[in-house]
Amino acid sequence: MQNTIETDILIIGAGPVGLFTVFEAGLLKMRCHLMDALPQPGGQLTEIYPKKPIYDIPGYPSVLAGDLVQNLMKQIEPFGPGFTMGERAETLEKQADGKFLVTGSRGTKHLASAIFIAGGLGSFEPRKPPIANIEQYEDHGVEYFVRDPEMYRGKKIVIAGGGDSALDWTIYLAELTQELTLVHRRTEFRGALDSVEKVMELAEKGKIKLVTNAQVIGLQGDKELDGVSIEHDTEGIIHVAADHFIPLFGLTPKLGPIADWGVTIQNGAVEVNTLDYSTNVPGIYAIGDINTYPGKLKLILCGFHEATLACQSAFKYMFPDKKLSFKYTTVTGIEGLPAPVV
Amino acid sequence: MITITVIDRENVPHALETPIDMGLNLMELCKSYELPVLGTCGGMALCASCHVYVRSAHTLHEPSEDELNMLDSAFFVRENSRLGCQIKINTADLDGLEVELAPE
Repeated sequence: MQNTIETDILIIGAGPVGLFTVFEAGLLKMRCHLMDALPQPGGQLTEIYPKKPIYDIPGYPSVLAGDLVQNLMKQIEPFGPGFTMGERAETLEKQADGKFLVTGSRGTKHLASAIFIAGGLGSFEPRKPPIANIEQYEDHGVEYFVRDPEMYRGKKIVIAGGGDSALDWTIYLAELTQELTLVHRRTEFRGALDSVEKVMELAEKGKIKLVTNAQVIGLQGDKELDGVSIEHDTEGIIHVAADHFIPLFGLTPKLGPIADWGVTIQNGAVEVNTLDYSTNVPGIYAIGDINTYPGKLKLILCGFHEATLACQSAFKYMFPDKKLSFKYTTVTGIEGLPAPVV
Repeated sequence: MITITVIDRENVPHALETPIDMGLNLMELCKSYELPVLGTCGGMALCASCHVYVRSAHTLHEPSEDELNMLDSAFFVRENSRLGCQIKINTADLDGLEVELAPE
């Protein structure tokens, strides 16, 4: 069994606001650990728009999103934060001693005195096509990611989608599979040109079946998937035998499991008190794009402010007997935290 | 002020009065009237939660590459599909525009 990671503040979401929390908490000598469903820090700045300039970070007339993340990583380095990356926070349980136990999607356990939800848009999850019984076949023939290409060797598979990942996996898996059908809603593909050409070539040579102007509308099979129904715009319904169906329609942000953590949710965001950005659960704070309050603006700079005030409140929550003295970094400089004792 | 009609998912039309000089887009307009549009990504053409069908004959500006990419991985897409967040309300020509919210 894996050891439990212990920290003062567990931050859910390693976007800009989550990262900056480490700095503000560090000034108050509180240790932080970050958790994120994405494999690398930076949240949507890294995942979606690393090369886009941001113009409203005070002191930076313009900064690339990716550079801002790098700077934040450097800024928090002295405070030695821990990271659990590529793992979504799943469950939260309050312990008898008042601490919170948060378990990730791969089973990593974290024990923290306070929780900062800095989840931005939520966690990025695969976009599921609107097929009525799709969930009953998940892990029984329906996969939204290709994790292990070998599992498709010698199998009949259907891939749906028209973007790069649908094209790339079609090219890759065409070699392994017994039969591969690619289904796309339109005739044109929006992926990279040479991938599109390769897929067309595979179709011409009969290595794959290409069905365009069509959508998968039904799944069949007794427990395990054995076929899909495809609706073609002009030819009606086509049935194809399939051991696997892989819909590849990109990722979409979802609030995810934190909706079940007991915090009040309003229109897909966590309701907070603007005094300190606390939620209705003492010890759980929500900062950045994921929270809501009257006058809320989804801006990085507002998230930084929220993180700062929430850290002050979390300190008082965790150490009610300690006196909190406010210091300027210009006066005291940055005193890093010693490496954790393992 | 111009009027834009939004037909919600229960097929109820809502006539929304809107200024054209506030830099609003259609997703923000729907949200300001508390229509059931999430606008999760904040208007970056990333989530398709503001997917609409344009029902009137208005000529809108061409969709950007980002919008087309997003529509390509959205569902229930038709010929007249657009993302509300990419429809800028900046001209009186949009007076009388009629759109329908796509299924969630």
